[in-house]
This record gives sequence, C-alpha cells and structure tokens, in this order.
Amino acid sequence: MTRVPAVLAVLCLAGALTLHAAQDRWFPRAPENYPAILYVRSPDTMRRLALEYDGITADLYWIRALQAFGRERLQPPAAARRYELLYPLLDLTTTLDPYFSIAYRFGAIFLGEPYPGGPGRPDLAIALLEKGLKQQPHRWQYMQDLGFVYYWHLQNYKSAAAWFQRASQQPGAPNWMRPLAAVTLTEGGQRRSARALWRQIAQSDQAWLRDTAAHRLAQLDALDAIDQIQARVDAFHRARPAERVTWPALIAGGWLRGTPVDPAGTPFTVDPATGHVAVSRDSALWPMPGDKPEAPR
Amino acid sequence: MPAARSVAVAAFRESVRDKVFYNLLLFAVLLIGASLLIGQLTAGQDVKIIKDLGLSATSLFGLFIAIFVGISLVSKEVDKRSVYPLLAKPVRRTDLIVGKYLGLLITLAVNVAVMAVALYGVLFFLSRGVPANVQQAWDAPALDPALLTAILLIYVELAVVTAVAMFFSSFSSPMLSAIFTLGVYVIGQFTADLNGFDQIVHARGAIALAKACYYVLPDLSRFDVKIAVVHGQAVSAAYVGTSIAYGAIYIAALVLAASAIFSRRDFK
Repeated sequence: MTRVPAVLAVLCLAGALTLHAAQDRWFPRAPENYPAILYVRSPDTMRRLALEYDGITADLYWIRALQAFGRERLQPPAAARRYELLYPLLDLTTTLDPYFSIAYRFGAIFLGEPYPGGPGRPDLAIALLEKGLKQQPHRWQYMQDLGFVYYWHLQNYKSAAAWFQRASQQPGAPNWMRPLAAVTLTEGGQRRSARALWRQIAQSDQAWLRDTAAHRLAQLDALDAIDQIQARVDAFHRARPAERVTWPALIAGGWLRGTPVDPAGTPFTVDPATGHVAVSRDSALWPMPGDKPEAPR
Repeated sequence: MPAARSVAVAAFRESVRDKVFYNLLLFAVLLIGASLLIGQLTAGQDVKIIKDLGLSATSLFGLFIAIFVGISLVSKEVDKRSVYPLLAKPVRRTDLIVGKYLGLLITLAVNVAVMAVALYGVLFFLSRGVPANVQQAWDAPALDPALLTAILLIYVELAVVTAVAMFFSSFSSPMLSAIFTLGVYVIGQFTADLNGFDQIVHARGAIALAKACYYVLPDLSRFDVKIAVVHGQAVSAAYVGTSIAYGAIYIAALVLAASAIFSRRDFK
C-alpha cells in the first residue's frame, strides 16, 4: 500500500515538471533588464552586517564587481555603458577584507580604463590603491600600480617616477623597479619606457594582468605602425595635394601594398581631407592612449 | 566524574542518532560545488575564496549546531520527562549539565575535524598542477597549516556559544533560549563598538551600561582570525593562547552558572 502514494508522488512531480516546461514555451518570460542595485552602499554598515563572515562577503562583492565590470564591457558598442557601481563594489570589498590585494590591483586597472572600456576614473583608481597602502604601507605592488596609473592614464611622469622610486625601496621589490623609475623620469611619455613598463607587467603571475599588458603592447605596436604609414600618407599628400587620401588611392599609386591593418586585425582609418591615420573605433585596440573618448561615467 | 562522562557519551550518541552529521554532507557538496564553479566566476582567486568559504561554512554550520542542539540539551530531557528516571540514578544535576555539554563538544569536535579534512582535501585538488611561480604569488600556501589556528579558534568560539545556549536553556524555553543565544552571538561580534560607545553618546548611564555589556558579554570577535590566516598574516601564539584561556574561563563560568540554576530547579 505504501507503493501507491510513492508512485502518485512521482507522477505528480513529473506532471508539474511537464507543465512547467510547457508554460515556458507558451508564455515565454520577457528578458529582465533591471538596473543593477546596490542595497547597502556603506562599507562600515556592511562590515557590521557581515558579522564574522566578512571574508566570504568580500569575496561575494568581488565576484559582483567582476561581473558588473564584465557585463558593461560586453555591452554592444552603441549601448550606454554604466560603471557607477564599480567603485562602491570595490570599496565594499576592500573594507570587508582589507588585505584583498587583487581587488585593489585589478580594481585600479578597471577604474582607470578609459570609457567605454571602463569608467575612465584614474582618480578613483588612485584612491583605491592609496586605501590599500594605508593597510599595507610596504606593499610595493600597490606603489607600482600607482606609478602606472599616473604614467598611463594621467601622463604625469614625475609622479609616476616618484611612485616607482618608492616601490623600489620596499622590501622584496624586484631589481628592475629602480631603473624603471629612472627611465620614466628621463623618457616619460616615450614609447620605449612605456614598452618597458608593460613588458614587466606582462610577466605577472596574474593572467588578467598579462592580458592587459598584451593589449597595451599591441596598442604601442599600432602607434609604431601608424608612424610608418603616416610618413607614406604625408608623402602621398605632398605629391598629390588635390587628391583625396584613401587607401585605394594609396594602393593604386604604389604607396602601399594593401590596406594596412592594426595588430588586432582591423584596418586603420585615414581622414580623406587631412590624411590623418588612426586606429578605427571598431578595433579592439580603441581607445588608444591619448585618445579623448566620450565623457567618462 | 564518571557519571558526567557517561552522560557525555550518551549525548554524543544521541546527536549521531538525530542525524546532526548530515550537515557534513551539505558542507562537502557546498565546498566541492564551489571549487568547480569559482574558477569561472573569479580572476584567479580560487584558493583564497575556497579558504574563506570553508572557514565561514565551518563556523556557520557549527553555529547552527551549537545553538539548536545546545538549547535542546536540557529542555528535551525535561519535556520528555526522561530527566526524572535520570535524576533518580546516582547522577548529580551538575554531572548532567557538564556531561551534556561535553557530549555536544565532542559532536562539534568531530564536525569541525571532518570539515577541516574536507577543506584541506579540496584545497589540495585545487592547487594541484598550479605553476610554482603562481603559487609563490599567493598570500599563503594552499595547504597552509596556519588554517588550523583559525579552525581551532572557531571551535573555541562554538564552545562558548554552546555554553551560552545551555545556560539559557537551563531556565528558559527552547524558543527564548535560541533568541537569547543568537542575540548574544550577534552582540559578541560588536563588542569593540560597545567599548567605544562613549565616543557616540555622552549620557553616563548609557556609557556605563555599554561598558558593563562589553565586559560581561563574550567578546566573540576575539576568536575571528579567518581573514588574517587566509592572507598569511601572522597570528601570535600568545594571542591564540590568551583567546583560548579567555574562552575556557568564560565557558567555565557559564557551565557553573547553568549547573547552579539547574540544581535549584523544581521539577514537580
């Protein structure tokens, strides 16, 4: 007799599953597109609410920060990307777990990234790293990252060199840090020093940092390529001032062998009137260093 | 105290019969599931997050056992009236309280030990094959023995919470005991705030009350070294030793108080 209710229970469950699947087909759910919400913004309040589980709560906020950044970055180019939750999430993460070094380091990279690839907030990247330094004043990696934000995003080579110098004086700092400070001071803004900087970052143990370095090195290669192409375009422009500058015209005239492409495989653009060569906005390398993209968010 | 020992063994067997250890299965599923998923969600922080998750789950699961089994240790005997034949035997009421408490401590010890082994097992599998240069960049090695320090202090904290639960259940109903214990646990995490209450208010009475609560209520935040251990920060032996001593003295006070109250209780 006990078998009957068991069989009936299985049948009922199977019926519910079938009806559930059918409902999904008959009445498909509208895609949910609610704006992301951060219910608790105060790090101190969250630290108290987390009780003794602040470590695991920090991990959850870190995962949320990664997802929030990735989701916005993967939006179609035309969509307005909103990064307004990124810093609050990183602030919560690092308050809950003050030693979470990856949250400071990756967080600074995310925050400094120019819009639309990131929020374009090097000021917040600096604030985050300085918060980390308050917790661990001898962490040379944070100083290196600070120098890096000043160098790359703010083009403030003096401050960058000062941070590299400070980093080189910390226990455990690699021996290439001191020459890097010197090179930054003497060759600030030059591609050679930038390339040296990124090559060091490319040796990081973190895959994300290595990917970022590869991206930046590709941008520097693109800048080198633009210099060479620009020289030929300028020569063409001088030789035929009345003619519009286009790739087919340059190829037909024998100035170029084919349409030049950047290291990401996207053709460079050329302004037909001025002959200015640039990386296309469709390229994975855009925006380039020094480009002035749209207003940061 | 052979009577207390017998009661402790019986209490442990009872918890096994009550399927308290089923939580270990949930813990294992949580840890293994998380270790498979975490790599997809984070940027190379798998080991750190598994350590956080393992230690937090050990603490949380233990907390549930400490509160919900702790409050029923005495009340169940009274409700089922099994306390009458028990006290008719040559068992002192103090032995009953101490034995019941020790029984739950054994349950918690087995629980925490199995969870620790499971955590080390998952960390071993997670760190297998990770290049040496990547491992060097971690704040602490995957199989860091210092994790045991955090686990030991979690156990002491659970022992204090169990003593609190048993203290309340010696004179109150199970529902109220659970609420009181949970309240003490939460306040126990905020004792530093109680100590600094004079910086927020100026009323002398309120400050004196906050100071009294600070010293009388258990300072459970002392037992939390999870973040420090996960990041390879040194936790001194003196800190661990004084924390354990503090916990032991607090437990002794609570068990003695529970024994005193239970000894005076009238079961007519």
